[in-house]
Amino acid sequence: MNSPAPILIRATGLTKKYEDFVAVNGIDFSVAKGDSFGFLGPNGAGKSTTMRIIAATLNRSSGSIEILGKDPELHGPQIRAHLGVVPQQDNLDQALTVTENLYVYGRYFGLPKKFIRAKIEELLEFAALEEKRDVKVEALSGGMKRRLTIARALISEPEILMLDEPTTGLDPQARHILWDRLFRLKEQGVTLLITTHYMDEAEQLCDRLIVMDKGSIMAEDSPSGLIKTYSTKEVLEVRFGSDKNALVAGELEALCERIEVLPDRILMYGEDGEHLLHTMKESGLQPLTSLVRRSSLEDVFLRLTGRSLIE
Amino acid sequence: MLVSAAVAIADARIGKYGERTFSGRPHTVMERSYIAFKSSAWIVVLSGFVEPLLYLFSFGYGLGKFIGTMNVGHGHVVTYAAYIAPALLATSAMNGAIYDSTFNVFWKIKFDRIYEGMLATSLGPLDVALGEIGWALLRGFAYAVGFTTVIVPMGLIQNWWGILAIPAAVLIAFGFAAIGMAITTYMNSFQQMNMIQVVMLPMFLFSGSFYPLSVYPHWTQEIIKALPLWHAITLVRSLTLGDISLGLLPHIAYFLVMIFLGLFFTTRRLTALFMR
Repeated sequence: MNSPAPILIRATGLTKKYEDFVAVNGIDFSVAKGDSFGFLGPNGAGKSTTMRIIAATLNRSSGSIEILGKDPELHGPQIRAHLGVVPQQDNLDQALTVTENLYVYGRYFGLPKKFIRAKIEELLEFAALEEKRDVKVEALSGGMKRRLTIARALISEPEILMLDEPTTGLDPQARHILWDRLFRLKEQGVTLLITTHYMDEAEQLCDRLIVMDKGSIMAEDSPSGLIKTYSTKEVLEVRFGSDKNALVAGELEALCERIEVLPDRILMYGEDGEHLLHTMKESGLQPLTSLVRRSSLEDVFLRLTGRSLIE
Repeated sequence: MLVSAAVAIADARIGKYGERTFSGRPHTVMERSYIAFKSSAWIVVLSGFVEPLLYLFSFGYGLGKFIGTMNVGHGHVVTYAAYIAPALLATSAMNGAIYDSTFNVFWKIKFDRIYEGMLATSLGPLDVALGEIGWALLRGFAYAVGFTTVIVPMGLIQNWWGILAIPAAVLIAFGFAAIGMAITTYMNSFQQMNMIQVVMLPMFLFSGSFYPLSVYPHWTQEIIKALPLWHAITLVRSLTLGDISLGLLPHIAYFLVMIFLGLFFTTRRLTALFMR
């Protein structure tokens, strides 16, 4: 067996306070080399704040953080040289073309022109933007802009690629193209740090993730580990009509391991959803609609916080 | 451990003074401006060059016909055009510097979020400040050189000290660019940005561009002498008229202080905006 991968990022009691609220509340986590590490949580959970602290563009209030053994507040430029940053909102250079964006970004890192020119060809292919090379970025679609932002972040050959909500606002097809590219990077051994409020994204991309809510870590594990610990194998979703849902909840609760009553539907947790549906119908309860599905991180989040991820 | 080129470059600066705010690469920020400039609207750039010439022709040669000559002290008499030409030279250095360091910078902060992108790399805030101010300065310098190449053949600079008007224009442009960018980083809206224009025009009209300050009451003179453009005009005019003395040093010092304050506050503000 190989020796365990070295730890690239280690945070202890990491806290960010603003005048009127605590954005990040004493969190501990560590990321090993080659990990694909996710921060899952709703808006305002403290994910982006944590990312900015790691990216050496935000000072912490207390606690400690080391990135490749260095403190970001003391060695900002050195740490940023290891990172590729894909911000939540694209900040591509609107005045420049696709290649010019890649070129100037490489120059900001001080890279030699020859190195950058060769790298640009590689990245244009990776981002499938060869045909757009001389196009101004404002003419690109949302998906293309995202891919260019990722390509730009890769110009310095970073060890850690940080993606803040990488697919928010993209259509399904553009999301899948992006996921495919991120998989490739993962295969190449790039450490990925991803924030997302999409469960499917976290399940697709992350080996390990922390579930965050209101600045704190609620749980940490692999996606499947989280589901195993905090949910059942399957979920039966039933609707009895919005006024009746609450009335039948008591009866349903007796049939399964756990239920969640949402405004529009009831989630029933158990090992076998079909069987659950069968027993329910036998006991004389006829839902308007029913759906059996596997448990997801959404269920984990609901269990941990009592709230849905996307509200 | 094998490190990437970007890391090796950044690590080479460990232990150097100011390593957290400066990476030694403002030229890469200027290179970005140059690339963006190549495809920008030339007509806008050209208008800044033409503007002082329009003043020179209408006031210098038009109004100058009625004014005749100006006594500039020590029994030295010059044409009215030669009197206002150095003022217009100083003003064009100022205008060139202000264009890029105010509205363009405001746009980059608020809408394009260019600096956020730059500061996610191994650049520091002082690299960004120096790069942007340096680029703005170049435009002021270019306008000053352009204006000078027009007025020298017209015989409006008649002594060799006048050559120093060019480095003086660089100093002036540097000062205005630095202060312009510093002020812009504190602005929140276009209304506030328009205040800059509201200040610039009267400053141009009343800073001794077209006639000596002696026409004003004492208290007005004192106010104008506190403003940067008066120092710029006085410095350039003394050089083009060959009126050289140690008395020019305070004007130079004024701009050195402006440059220092501008860089200091720009760097501080960029840090506060994007790195806190």
